[in-house]
Formats: sequence, structure tokens, C-alpha cells
Amino acid sequence: MSGDPLFAGGVDWVVVAFVVVKALIGFTIVMVGVIFMIWFERKVIADMQNRIGPNRAGRWGLAQTLADGIKLIFKEDLWPDKADKPVFRLAPYLSVAPAFLTFTIVPIGGVFSGGNDGAVELFGRRTWLQVADPPVGVLFLLAMSSIAVYGIMLAGWSSGSKYPLLGSVRASAQMVSYEAALGLSVVAVVLLSGSLSTHDIVAAQAGSILDWNVIATAGVPFAIFCVAATAELNRPPFDLVEAEQELVGGFHTEYSSIRFGMFYLAEFMNTITMSAIIVTLFLGGPAGPVLFGPPLIWGILWFTLKVLVFLFTFVWLRATLPRYRYDQLMDLGWKRLIPLALGWLLVIGAQRIGLDRGWDRFVTGAASLVVLTLAAVALFGAIRVAERRRQSDQFGEVVA
Amino acid sequence: MGYFDGFLVTLKQIFSDRVTSEYPKEKRPKPLRHHGRHVLNRYEDGMEKCIGCELCAGVCPARCIYVRGADNPPEAPVSPGERWGFVYEINYLRCIHCDLCVEACPTEAITESKLFEFSFTNREDAIYTRSELLVGDDGKPKKLPWEDWRGGDDDHTSAWMRATSPNGQAAYEGRVQWSGELGYGVRAPEAGQSGDPELAPPTDVEATAKGPLYAGSDTAPGERASDHRHVEAS
Ligand code: SF4
Ligand code: SF4
Repeated sequence: MSGDPLFAGGVDWVVVAFVVVKALIGFTIVMVGVIFMIWFERKVIADMQNRIGPNRAGRWGLAQTLADGIKLIFKEDLWPDKADKPVFRLAPYLSVAPAFLTFTIVPIGGVFSGGNDGAVELFGRRTWLQVADPPVGVLFLLAMSSIAVYGIMLAGWSSGSKYPLLGSVRASAQMVSYEAALGLSVVAVVLLSGSLSTHDIVAAQAGSILDWNVIATAGVPFAIFCVAATAELNRPPFDLVEAEQELVGGFHTEYSSIRFGMFYLAEFMNTITMSAIIVTLFLGGPAGPVLFGPPLIWGILWFTLKVLVFLFTFVWLRATLPRYRYDQLMDLGWKRLIPLALGWLLVIGAQRIGLDRGWDRFVTGAASLVVLTLAAVALFGAIRVAERRRQSDQFGEVVA
Repeated sequence: MGYFDGFLVTLKQIFSDRVTSEYPKEKRPKPLRHHGRHVLNRYEDGMEKCIGCELCAGVCPARCIYVRGADNPPEAPVSPGERWGFVYEINYLRCIHCDLCVEACPTEAITESKLFEFSFTNREDAIYTRSELLVGDDGKPKKLPWEDWRGGDDDHTSAWMRATSPNGQAAYEGRVQWSGELGYGVRAPEAGQSGDPELAPPTDVEATAKGPLYAGSDTAPGERASDHRHVEAS
């Protein structure tokens, strides 16, 4: 497949205008989304805790986020004496920019079924409903989530204070560990779609619900991606980065005013973006039944609904689960998610090769599952033995 | 589904009742014996009950009452006794609402309402004077601009009703021993601490206790019964 049809006839000023307007609209969508999401999170978590939640600013407290934002802008901007000022100022932007940039590769609408390529016709030009479609889309996603680590790392380091430093060390370790699981689970999707472009990934899922990657990959990469994404977002139950009881506020302890606001913004932007990415990669993006009227509207509607389900789930997780301990977090990442993602990748790989060679898919599937189980038994056995040995090294002979 | 039970718990809470209330908009009913802002009571002929004996000032642990007694002017006496309290001030920046002044008063002149939501903004307003504390001709407390009297806070202000029997004798439990001379502010006596049915009060305490207490509040009777254990006990 080729790129965005907008660029097919060369680049003139209309195309430039198109791109600028699309970027602005994308930015607006994310900002409005963040304002809504903060309100939504506070309301839902209040409901789950039998409270009322924000209700003073605007109807149902809808303007609460706006009020908080305005308040933050007018607060005094403090920085610690020992702070490394240029880096201290740069860090919040490094946090916000990747969050928005990731959103640019998400197709938020368009008709992909029935041979359509998801383009819409506007002012005589055909274009896709996404700000950008780099051919390396998925790699771009991973790159951006890595850059987001810099924002947090530099913020903690440049604060010149102990809690932020500890928080950011945790953050970088956590995000780097889970990026591996995140990337490996995406590879399964890429194997199926045969492309790194998010547009092509969505197009490949356009048929029935059975074509959605969550079903086509039998759910496991989806589950791994969701867990790893939650850890990437530093959201509960993986919010060790800003564990209030231990680290005050984590990496943003020393931040105040709108600089703090930007970290906050980035956090919620990331939540929205990650939900959108999950929907794009695994749930067919805007795919869904068209009941009546123009299919374009339905695409955007289905996309929004799916994203909302994930936003709600993130809040639900926060209301329900206690925080992980640091070693549990690392165990889950390195000893469970990464081996599982790797193993499942091999199963899917075997299926693809089997398809090419004309092998029976059930035999291939069963054989690879057996191998996977054996490997899992061997791996977890090895991990157990290693743990035992370490314990007996430390504490003498362990009974039972 | 061991791991996932917790999710059901949080989800269910969305549909259950809220435990918080929208406070400034609606008030929760207060316990019957809540100690709030004081009132100075009067007899039915308008005479003040306070005789300026300064017992309340003497007993006050926070030293926040200032009373000066004076002889009653013979042609226009203010109180039925020999003397009257011509200066009476309570400093609410210091009062701890212990109610000792109420118990010390020999004439039931000073009692407490249930109001604690009075947010004055300067020291002068914090010191309540005699004219501010005195009840009106109908026996109701004066309502100052910075006081929030909703939710039946001005019920049951009259006389001593902190104990089941003013003189402490079990034989008088449950009998009306106090006077609502102005016909306002008295509630039915409570059942005795002894729990002896012989000594039970003549009136239907439960109904009375629920009636005027909750009148004017947004919460239905019995909704927060745990706040008012005597309602069930009696
Ligand atoms: S309630 Fe206690 S502190 Fe307040 S005036 Fe009476 S005796 Fe003093
Ligand atoms: S209020 Fe009661 S105790 Fe205080 S001075 Fe007056 S009569 Fe005496």
C-alpha cells in the first residue's frame, strides 16, 4: 500500500494547509480529551469510592479541569536551589511532546471495509483521518514511548533532590523493562498485518470482527500489551514512580505551577494515546457495524467508544488494585511477560510459516503450543531453582 | 475468579449510596445533645433568667465568660431576682463548648443550641454580647448574619436537658423538670438510664424525638440512626 493520498499529487500550499489544520485539529482533540479525561477519572473514582466528586465548577463539575489549569498557570513557578535550571525547564516539554506525537499516528476514523482505503474527500483532496502515517508507524510509537522516559528521568535528575531522583530511577527502570514486553507483543500484530504503518494495520483488520488482531492473535499479545501499557503509563497498579507514601510525588515533587501541570497533562495525554493505540493495534480502530447514515460518522463513533472503554478500565484499575512492590513489578515484567510474549510470537510465527507451506494449521498450532508449554515449564523451573539457590546462599539452607 | 472479585466490588459501588453529602447545601442532622452556640433564656413575662451570679464565669474552664451583675432597678426590674447580669459576654474564640456553664447556672438562664456553623471574620463578632445571646420574645435565638441556622439547629434550646433528671435522682428520670416558659425549645424527656419501665416517660419519646429533631433537615428520620443511639434505645 502507498502512503496518504494527500501527497500523491505533489506538495503544494493546499497540502501544507491540510497538514497544519490536521495537526491543529489533532492537538485540539487531545487537549479536549485530556480535559474530559481528568474530569472523567475524578468522577468515576469518586463514584467507586461512594463520594460525589467535583461538582462546583460548571455543570457536574465539568469545568473543574479548566479551573485547575487556570489556577496552575497563575501559581508561582518555583525551582530548587540545586536544580539544573535549563534541564529542569526542558523536562516537562520532553514529557508532553511525545505524548502528543504518538497520537498523530492514530487513525481516528475512515471507512476501511469494502475495498475502501479509509480516505475521505475534503475540498477536492483525498486524505486519511490521521495527522501522519509514517511507514515506520509502530517503531515511531516505541521510539516516542522511549523518549517519554527522558522527560521523567531528566526531571528527576535535574531537581537536585532525593525523592525525585529515586522516583525517576524507578521510572526509567520500569519503563525500559516493560518496553520490551510492549514491543514483543506488537511484533505479533506486525507479523499478521505485514506492515508497520498504523493505517495498514487498521486496514488489515477491516473485515469482520474475526480479523481484529485481538482475536487473530488469540488474545495473548493483547493482554500483554494492556499490562505493559499500564506500566508504561505509570498508572496504578504500576504507579511506583510517584508512590506518594514513599516518594512524596516522585519525579515531579519539586515542580510547581504550570510545569507541574504539564507533567499532569502528559500523564493523561499518554493515557488517552495509549488507549487509542490499543484500539488501533488490536481492536480494529474505527471498525464497527454501520447501522444507518454515513459510515464515516460511525467509524469515529466506534473508535471513540472503544477508547472510552479503555479509559474507564484504567480508572477502574486504579480504584481496585493496590500498588505493586518493586521486585514484584520486575518479576512480572522480566520473568513472565517477556517470556510469554516471546513464546507467543513463536507460535504466531509458526502459524504464518505453516500457512505459507500449506501445513495443517491445527497440527502446527498444537505442536507449537506443546513446545511452548515445555519451554515454559523449563523456564519457570530454572527460575525457581535459581531463586532457591540464591536464598540458600543468603540465609543458609531453606526448609520446604 | 479470585483475582477479579475486587473489580466487581468497585464496580458495584457506583450504584450504591453516597456516604458524603453536599455539605454547605445540605446539613446532616446533629445529635440531640450537641453543644453549640449559647442562648440566654427568658421567662414568659419577658424577664431575663440570668441573675448575674457569675457562677458560669467561675466554672468556665476556658475563662471565656465575662459577667457583671448589678442590682435590678426597682421600677423596671430586668430579672425576677435581686440582681441581673448587665454585662454578659462569651468569647467564642475560646469557648470549648463543654457545657459546664449550663450545668452551673442556678436559674437555667444559659443553655446551648445546636449551632456550630457561625463563621465570624473578626474578633469583635467572635465576642457575643448579652443582647446577641438573649432569645427573642418567641423564645427563639437571635439569628446573626454570619450564622447558619438551617437543619433545626435552633430546636431544643430551652432549659437544662443534658441529663435525664436534673437533680440526678433516678426517681425523677424521664419527668419534665425543666421549663420552656416561652413555649419553645423543650423536647420530651428521655427514658431513664435505669431502663426501668415504671420510670418510663409518660410521652411517646420515640415519636417526639424523631419529630421536631429532624424537622427541617433534608435527611429522613432514622436514616442515620447510628448517630442517635438513644432513638433506638428508648
Ligand atoms: S461551654 Fe464551657 S467553655 Fe464554653 S462558655 Fe460554657 S463553660 Fe465556658
Ligand atoms: S448565666 Fe446563670 S450562672 Fe451565669 S451569671 Fe447568669 S444566672 Fe449566673
